Amino acid sequence: MNEIIYLDNAATTKTSQPVVEAMLPYFSQYYGNPSSVYSFSNYGKEAITKARGQIAHVLGANPEEIYFTAGGSEADNWAIIATAEAYQDKGKHIITSKIEHHAVLHTCQYLEKRGFEVTYLDVDESGTVDLAQLRESIRPDTILITIMFANNEIGTIQPVKEIGKIARERGVLFHTDAVQAFCHIPIRVDELPVDMLSASGHKFNGPKGIGFLYIRKGIKTKSFIHGGAQERKRRAGTENLPGIVGIGKAAEMAEETLKERQEKETGLRDYLIDRIMEEVPYVRLNGDRINRLPNNVNLAFQFIEGESLLIMLDMAGICGSSGSACTSGSLDPSHVLLAIGLPHEIAHGSLRLTLSEENTMEEMDYVVEKIKDIVKRLRDMSPLYEDYIKKH
Amino acid sequence: MYTEKVMDHFEHPRNVGELENPSGMGTVGNAKCGDIMRIYLDIDDNQIIRDVKFKTFGCGAAVATSSMATELVKGKSVQEAMEVTNKAVCEALDGLPPVKVHCSLLAEEAIRAALWDYAEKTGAVIQGLKRPKNDISEHEEEEEY
Repeated sequence: MNEIIYLDNAATTKTSQPVVEAMLPYFSQYYGNPSSVYSFSNYGKEAITKARGQIAHVLGANPEEIYFTAGGSEADNWAIIATAEAYQDKGKHIITSKIEHHAVLHTCQYLEKRGFEVTYLDVDESGTVDLAQLRESIRPDTILITIMFANNEIGTIQPVKEIGKIARERGVLFHTDAVQAFCHIPIRVDELPVDMLSASGHKFNGPKGIGFLYIRKGIKTKSFIHGGAQERKRRAGTENLPGIVGIGKAAEMAEETLKERQEKETGLRDYLIDRIMEEVPYVRLNGDRINRLPNNVNLAFQFIEGESLLIMLDMAGICGSSGSACTSGSLDPSHVLLAIGLPHEIAHGSLRLTLSEENTMEEMDYVVEKIKDIVKRLRDMSPLYEDYIKKH
Repeated sequence: MYTEKVMDHFEHPRNVGELENPSGMGTVGNAKCGDIMRIYLDIDDNQIIRDVKFKTFGCGAAVATSSMATELVKGKSVQEAMEVTNKAVCEALDGLPPVKVHCSLLAEEAIRAALWDYAEKTGAVIQGLKRPKNDISEHEEEEEY
């Protein structure tokens, strides 16, 4: 067994070796600026064209609909701010959900301060957006719906097809933050009514600092980073050549292994969930049991606090994350856990474990045993548990 | 993120547990914010803290500050225990990250809440002791679940 059991793949993933190898020549060997005239820069131009094609192939898009960005957050910011600016003559109303990533939520809040109105849709207990509420929320001045493909904390997959259909019927643009979903579950924009889609390389074994925004042909959006004529004049800045090569390679590899990875991760996920739910009392699963990302496990352990749990797991060599306030630097626990209706003190005891295909059953067994020990230890120390036991 | 001392007290917390028929007990913080500390004191007729136990729901810093606070008051007189301030707890742990300093404040408040309970029960006078402001029962009514 590895010294470290890495179960935080929603935070970031390991850059795979073939991806690193594909990137390496583009640092010191083919370093020419792709915008230059001399033939030496052609290596870079060709590499970008290839990578754009690799992404487009996975996504079912045209290569010219893929715009490279510095990551998922930039893609989200671009999609929302530039669209708001481009369509503000039509209206200033945007619809999103309460469980979006902060890259979307804080961008929406930024726009609210600048005269836009934002509706934050509720989610049900499983973390799924309410489609009826979405229909009711659309107004004549609604210009954009932005709802994530799958949630980064609880793994719930949204009814993207239905959302897109509603958006189309009502003539509203639809952007989806697919950072957690792209290359983890099948997503094809030739089958989905999605107008814009954000993704990030390091979430699927690509490098950090590179992502893309898919913009369906015909959508008029403004430039977000101003400067040179890169990315069809829509995203200025000398291309992150090694990053682009890396994300292209990672997407290509992810497509090849998607089905088997999904199956393996789902098997590990369900085993981990089932064992913990059976063997640890006072625990609940956050997010939808079935309709969830193959690698996401999110549990709330009553009477204990997430950061303590994480530190003890770390001592056992296990990397996880939590929606506890203590891990966010604020007093409130995760907005996602509160949106699905968890009371504060239960949200504080949440643990997210996100798997990869490299994890093993042996590791899952070790993790379950450690969690059992640690949860018991922390409960023995908890005044909440003491009170509960005395009352019951 | 944490000092060695904080990690030591988190990994091997001192004086965890409960006391039956404590001379004083105080619970501060609230579950909503993610921190609750409970301190039990056993105080003899000479007002010396003979034994102390704690239970804490909270982050690593909350556990470590509770543990350190119990160590600092053990064997002291109730008056001396008033000198166990958040600053004293913080220093004894070689410091806390800025976002965690409130945990040491909670430890001070927990000790004082337990002393208040003792003073109320026995009529003992402890200089500088004020009614605990952060008692958990005051928060319970406000919480909506």
